Amino acid sequence: MNEQAAVVSLKSVTKDFQRGGVRALQEIDLEVRPREFISLIGPSGCGKSTLLRIVGDLVPPTSGEVVVNGKQAHQARLDRDYGIVFQDAVLYDWRTVAKNIALPLEMLDWDRARRSQRVREMVELVELGGFEDHYPWQLSGGMQQRVSIARALAFDPPLLLMDEPFGALDEMTRERMNMELLRIWQESGSTIVFVTHSIAEAVFLSTRVVVMSPRPGRITGIVDIDLPQPRNTDTREQERFFELVTEVRELLRTGDRSGEELPA
Amino acid sequence: MSTTVVQPVPRSFGRMMGRGARDWLPAVAIFVIGIALWEGLVRGLHVQRFLLPAPSEILNTFWDERDTLVSAGLFTFKEAVGGFLIGSAFAVLVALVLARWRPLGNALMPYAIAANAVPIIAFAPITNNWFGILSPASKMAIAAVIVFFPVMVNTLRGLTSVRPESVELMHSYAARERDIFRRVRIPTSLPYLFTGLKVATVLAMIGAIVGDYFGGSQDALGIQIRRSAGIFAFEEAWAAIFVASVLGIAFYGAVALAERVVLSWHPSVRGGRE
Ligand SMILES: Nc1ncnc2c1ncn2[C@@H]1O[C@H](COP(=O)(O)OP(=O)(O)OP(=O)(O)O)[C@@H](O)[C@H]1O
Ligand SMILES: [Mg+2]
Repeated sequence: MNEQAAVVSLKSVTKDFQRGGVRALQEIDLEVRPREFISLIGPSGCGKSTLLRIVGDLVPPTSGEVVVNGKQAHQARLDRDYGIVFQDAVLYDWRTVAKNIALPLEMLDWDRARRSQRVREMVELVELGGFEDHYPWQLSGGMQQRVSIARALAFDPPLLLMDEPFGALDEMTRERMNMELLRIWQESGSTIVFVTHSIAEAVFLSTRVVVMSPRPGRITGIVDIDLPQPRNTDTREQERFFELVTEVRELLRTGDRSGEELPA
Repeated sequence: MSTTVVQPVPRSFGRMMGRGARDWLPAVAIFVIGIALWEGLVRGLHVQRFLLPAPSEILNTFWDERDTLVSAGLFTFKEAVGGFLIGSAFAVLVALVLARWRPLGNALMPYAIAANAVPIIAFAPITNNWFGILSPASKMAIAAVIVFFPVMVNTLRGLTSVRPESVELMHSYAARERDIFRRVRIPTSLPYLFTGLKVATVLAMIGAIVGDYFGGSQDALGIQIRRSAGIFAFEEAWAAIFVASVLGIAFYGAVALAERVVLSWHPSVRGGRE
């Protein structure tokens, strides 16, 4: 892979919601290169989820250009170029855990044997063995979120859009899922756009952290995370790690302050 | 040495029945007490027969007239079921079309709601005229029209009350509208559909019986009730009402059972969160 073609390219993307008259995003420019792990971080309401939806062609931008995998975002969606994990798990109540994970595989017309093989791998990956035949309402919030992660990973999409996927997990599971995600990212060669509220998580996982500020949603700054790959438990102990965490925190703070200057 | 073996409690049929019995016992008790009170009060207060016969008398009359009553009951039941099936099938079809083409649905909805407020049973003499007074089709038509609106409105609500994210997820797989209906909208609508269908069973029975009141085959329940009441044979009228009630409850029960089977995934069927 080389640097030439961006996986995601946003050019002065603006999004206004008619309902409520909210400007969710203003003039967003962002290039995500192949095999990057990009984290979006910023206060609640700064447009992170909206940005992911625009990249996924699930909501149209009011203006600006969105290119994914070198195509219009719409074509990329039709080509199933990305997998998405929503902020809420979004599981289908009438499908068991196994069937929820198999949903994208059904849509891709995989045959039954191949589907169940992959579902088994995915269930193991997110440690839900024994719960294959449970229905979503029989699971805890964290387990539901893991099902939706397994569902997004199941068909190996070249681009993963993940909206706070680990928000509902306990600290231990979260750290383990972080490691798993990094492993998958490295093995599959996919590109990840990841939303989180945890500065440490963003720094630990990412190659770049995009810091955003609200009203209207803008990019305050981008921090290059030059920690060595592959990341491991030692990474969190390095001095550079703490420096980068501080740098991101500072950026978040200036974003907040510039927000306060606006008339209420 | 003695060991205590803890075994997983099997989800046996017997256990389910046991739990069922505990749930049903209070209701059964109320039923028995109610019937006993009825019997006791009618006898104790010497209530006139034409006002209210005792349950034992009604049951006696039913037994004496069982052949006529059961055959009349089944005749009217067929009218009701026929109307139910026709009306519900149309309702589901129309709901699917209106959910698929929302502008059409929005344009037609006010009329559907207005039509729903029309006392359709008032048309019974006219459908008798259309389909022939002796034909069960005239009663089925009434039942079908009565059934149509609640089923259609409920199903449409179900089809359109899907969470936006559920549809977004399907869009992320480049799903076509047909897939979204099959895999998201229709499953979501099923609990709503069954709510409508359960109401529809009751309405279909009412439609068929009241349709009978306006004339038709002598072998129909509504006719039996009207004739018996007309000649002051009130036990017979009550016996026919008894048959109508049993059939109505059985009809409702059958649909409720189908609901449990079809919605086996639903928390309400699974006994909620355990
Ligand atoms: N469908 C919608 N209709 C109207 N306004 C919306 C819609 N979706 C989002 N918004 C608005 O857009 C802004 C950004 O919302 P968004 O969900 O993208 O924020 P976020 O950064 O993901 O927040 P959080 O961290 O709380 O998830 C908010 O002000 C929100 O009110
Ligand atoms: Mg969000």
